[in-house]
Order: sequence, then C-alpha cells, then structure tokens
Amino acid sequence: MSITEIEQAEGRRSSVLRRFLRRKSGVAGLVMLVVPLVAGLCAPLLVRLEGQDPHTFHTDLLDPDGGRPLGALGGVSADHWLGVVPVTGIDLFAQIVYGIRSSLFIAFGASILAIVVAAVLGTAMGYFGGWLNAVGGRLIDFMFGFPGLMFVIAIMAIVPPEMPRGLVLVLVLAFFGWTVPARIIGAQASAINARAFVEAARATGAPASQIIRREMLPHLFGLVVVLFAMSLPANVSVVAGLSFLGVGLRGDVPDLGKLLSDSLPWIYSGADVWYMLFPGAVVFLIVFGATLAGDALRDVLDVRTEDAA
Amino acid sequence: MPDPVLQVEDLSISFTSGGVSADVVRDLSVTLDGGRTLAVVGESGSGKTITGRAIMQLLPQAASARGRIVVAGREMLSADERELRRARGSDVAMVFQDSMSALSPYLDIGAHIAQAVRLHDRSVSRRAARLRAVEMLERVGIPEPADAVRRFPHEFSGGMRQRAVIAMALVNRPALLIADEPTTALDVTVQAQILALLRELQQEFGMAMLLISHDFGVVASAADDVLVLYAGREAEYGSLRDIFEHPAHPYTAGLRGATPRLDARLDSNGERTRLRAIPGAPTSLRDAGAGCAFAPRCALADRVGERCVVEVPLPTLRTASTDGGVHRAACHLDRLPTLEEVAR
Repeated sequence: MSITEIEQAEGRRSSVLRRFLRRKSGVAGLVMLVVPLVAGLCAPLLVRLEGQDPHTFHTDLLDPDGGRPLGALGGVSADHWLGVVPVTGIDLFAQIVYGIRSSLFIAFGASILAIVVAAVLGTAMGYFGGWLNAVGGRLIDFMFGFPGLMFVIAIMAIVPPEMPRGLVLVLVLAFFGWTVPARIIGAQASAINARAFVEAARATGAPASQIIRREMLPHLFGLVVVLFAMSLPANVSVVAGLSFLGVGLRGDVPDLGKLLSDSLPWIYSGADVWYMLFPGAVVFLIVFGATLAGDALRDVLDVRTEDAA
Repeated sequence: MPDPVLQVEDLSISFTSGGVSADVVRDLSVTLDGGRTLAVVGESGSGKTITGRAIMQLLPQAASARGRIVVAGREMLSADERELRRARGSDVAMVFQDSMSALSPYLDIGAHIAQAVRLHDRSVSRRAARLRAVEMLERVGIPEPADAVRRFPHEFSGGMRQRAVIAMALVNRPALLIADEPTTALDVTVQAQILALLRELQQEFGMAMLLISHDFGVVASAADDVLVLYAGREAEYGSLRDIFEHPAHPYTAGLRGATPRLDARLDSNGERTRLRAIPGAPTSLRDAGAGCAFAPRCALADRVGERCVVEVPLPTLRTASTDGGVHRAACHLDRLPTLEEVAR
C-alpha cells in the first residue's frame, strides 16, 4: 500500500468534497451542469413564472413577411426571456427548459443503466475471473466492433411509433454504453481481487457475497462515480445529436437537439441567429460543464493524479 | 494418542498453464499435533507458501492439489465450498506476511475482527462481536483496545498491525494456525515480540502452528520440528535439534553454513568462519526429472555417484536422531554430511 493510498483512506470521508471544491474548473463545471439541470427540473415552475407555456402560438410577435421574430435578439422581451420561435411564435425559453428536461432525463437514464450493468458485470468478471471473464471480455470486444452510433440511428429509425421513444433511447444508449465502463471496472476489480486483504478475508471463511460487498465495492465506488460523470455529457450530446438528425424524440415533445435542427434554415439565411444560439449555448454548457466536473471528480478520487496540495 | 490436527499425505500440487503442467509440490507427507509448531523452510519457489495455501484450499485457479489433507478431522481436498468456508477461520486460520495489505484500507480494525467472529457464529450481535474484537485486541497486547478497534490499518505501526492480523486469525480459536512469514516485514525487535506472542497464544489455545519461513533465526526461536523443502519435495524432516545440529541432507547442512551465527566458531587458523553460499541457483521445476533435484548443486553428489542423477531419493528414517523423534532425509548419502564437506 502506497503513501497516497494511505492518505486517500485517511482523508476519504471529509475531504473528497473539499478537494473537489478546490478545483476551480470542477466547480465551474458543476455550476454549468447544475444550473441547466435545475432549470430543467423546475421547467413548469419557471415557465409559469415567465407567464408562458411551451405550446401557445404568438403570431403577433412575428414579422408577417417571413415569420421572423420582431425585436432584438430574436424577440427577447420581459414576457419572452429568450425570444420566440420563428413562424410559430412559441416561447423559446419554455421550449429550452422543457427540452433540457427531456434531454437530461434520457441521458441520465442511459448513463445510470449503462453504469449499473457495467458495475455488476465488471465486478463479477473481476471477482470470479476464469470463463466468466473470458466470455465477458470477448463479448465486450464484440461490442467494440459495432459501429455504435450507426446502429443507434438505424434502430431509432425503425422504432414503431407506438413505442415510447424516450424509453427506447435510454435502452439503446445503455446497450452501447456499458462496454467501456465494464472493461475498466472489470480490470480494477480483478486487480483488487488479487490483493492480499481479499485473500485474508477468504482465509477467515468469508463468502463471495461478503467479499464483493465489503472488500471490493468500497474500492470500486470512486471509479463508478467517475465513469458515470464522464458518460453523462457524452449521452447528452448523443441525445441532442440524434434529435438533430431527426431520429431522436418526435412529436411535440420539446428537445434541445430538435430545436437546433429546426433552427438550421434560420441560421443559413441569417434571418434569426438567436433561434440556434440560445439552445446551442445550453447544450454546450451542459456538455462542457459535465465534462469539467467529471474530470475534476476523477482527479479528486484518483490518487495517482492527485496534486501535491 | 489424539488424532493429529494436521495430516498431509502424498500431497502433490501442480500448476497448469497453456496445456503445460508443472509440479510445484510432490509427494509431501507430514503430520502436526496440537500445541506443536512445525517450521517449513526452503528458498523461494520451494513450495512452502503454496503448501500453506493448499491446506486452506486457497489455491490459485491454475493450481490443483492431489493427495490428502486432513485438518481437525476434516478432509480439505474433497470438501465443498460451504464446508471449506466453515473450516477457514474456525478450524484453520492464516497470518500473512504483509499486514498492511492483509487488512482492507476501508475497514477499521474492529470491523475486520468482528467480521471474522460473525462469519462463524451468526448468533453474535454486531455489538457483541465488537466487544469480542476489543477483548481479542487486548489479548494480543494492543494498548487501549477500546480505542484501537476504531482505528484504520494505516494508523497502526507494522507491529501493531501484525498483532491485529493475529487477533483476526485467532478470534475463533482455530486448531491450526498457518503463519506465512509472519515476521518478514517487521524489524528485528518487533519480530521477537511477535514470535513470543504467537508462542504464548499457541500454548494458551493449544493450537498447532505451521510456520512458513526462510529465516533460520525465526525457526530456531519458534519451532519444535522443521520440514526442509527443496524444489517441492521434502529434503529433510526432524526435530529442531536434529535439523540444526545433525543435518542429514547436504542442502540443510548448506543452509546452516549460509546462516550467520553469533556463536560462530573459529576455524583452525583462528579466523571466524566465513558464510558459505550454496553454489548454483534453485532448480527450475521444469528441469526436475530423474534423480535428486539438488544433485547439480550438491558437493557430495560425486561421492555417492550415479545414483544421485538417476534415482529420486525418498525420505528415509535416520537413526541418528538425538531426541527420539522422527528424523527423515531424502538423500542417498548413508551418513551425515559435515559442514566442511558441503561447502566447496
């Protein structure tokens, strides 16, 4: 056991949060992630506060010639905080906060599901080794060989309309998302399994369940949290990307990717740049913030990259 | 006479990798009674640690054991996993070389010991198990045990940690303790304390101890009997006195010559005798074929002749035992070698 590990064990309970808070980029990332997240969670409340809803048309705010929003910044006003959508005049702020809601729900769902599968399978592979590790490892290799994104697009394109697309998206993203974390967790679990204290526990007669729960999981927890934090932004951008391509959410469910997709003609013509900029900025904030926060969390939990402070 | 606590008969252990298998232990037979300490000595790769693991049935996946191992009346090689779990920790326990890595950094000392208690008696409450942990820590000489149970492994010194590991191993009063190099990672004064503690607890609990070591000093201060392994086979077995004073195997004699002694005699020129290394390197297990595995390094092989390279010597009784115990050696030489002879 190294000095850093000792320090890690010593300071674990109190100082992970403190060390995280010392990292400015991590805190900034957390704010960038949490503010849109809270906005998404409180979407109905915020929209009511604004006095709008994500469905009502406001054609009176549009230029009758071409449907461009009237006023500066795409129609920003005290009534419409981020302006309105061209042609329909729907409140853009309401669309965005509801869009965050659906995007983040799907991304969270997919990340949680993928990480849970990866943690269970990886731990089992690491602990039991042998044929399970061989079969699991080959399965992961096989999954690596798939062009994942192509498959997701293909699957989403043929999903029957009566199926809930949000749930299908969660399942499909998780299906392609568990492999990398499972491999990492599996490698870490098998390294822990080889450590002497696991054998010492076995020598006192501990059954597998207890060894996994008491000896191995505490060592894997940090890794699992970090892998989750890093898969989240990837899934947010994939969800947005799929909606952008028209194979994500459909119907009148607001979604960030769909807003971006719909805004394309308006930015090509230069008629309403803000229609893209506002939702684009939100996607950027979430992905960038989650990445920064995930990196900082990894550095804090991983003793090898810990700074001298 | 009561049944021995540990009975090993014709134990062979082989490792298989990539379709090739190599025997790391061959035809090992030994018995150990309660209250006695058997030291297993040998150089790296001689099979001492793997023998200890085989007794616990904690062999790596690539290894398999044949023969018979009976611990406190339980056949270990044919026992199922459930039975083995019951045996481990309560019939036979283990103390490890490196106490830091033998304790989980995330659990406090008390949790380790309480866990061992509750694994073998579910009727003990968590609270009662913690109390047992405190008692046990006190018994192994840890000061302020009520405070120490809440400490984490890294907060202890090496000696204290090894005491905690001993407490964890002995809390269920095992009939047999396997101590795998229990003092190697400690400094010399602490070594003596830990050995004294092990001896004391052994007397108190009447348990048998298998002491795996490569340190003749440790062996001399703790063992009743000694088993010398070479390349996975028994080279010599006997009482501590026989092994130290009348070694019958040239390898044992060579080890004695290679051990520093405070009471080193002066040689005929009035100079202190130099430590004599045994020439050559430990025999590769893959090379071991016909003949005595030690023959290529043995100074006496040419005196015995061809027999050493064509016939594997089996452990045979030696008559020269000084204290009436069993003294066996696996050597074709029909007399005791002298220290001068074995050093070239």
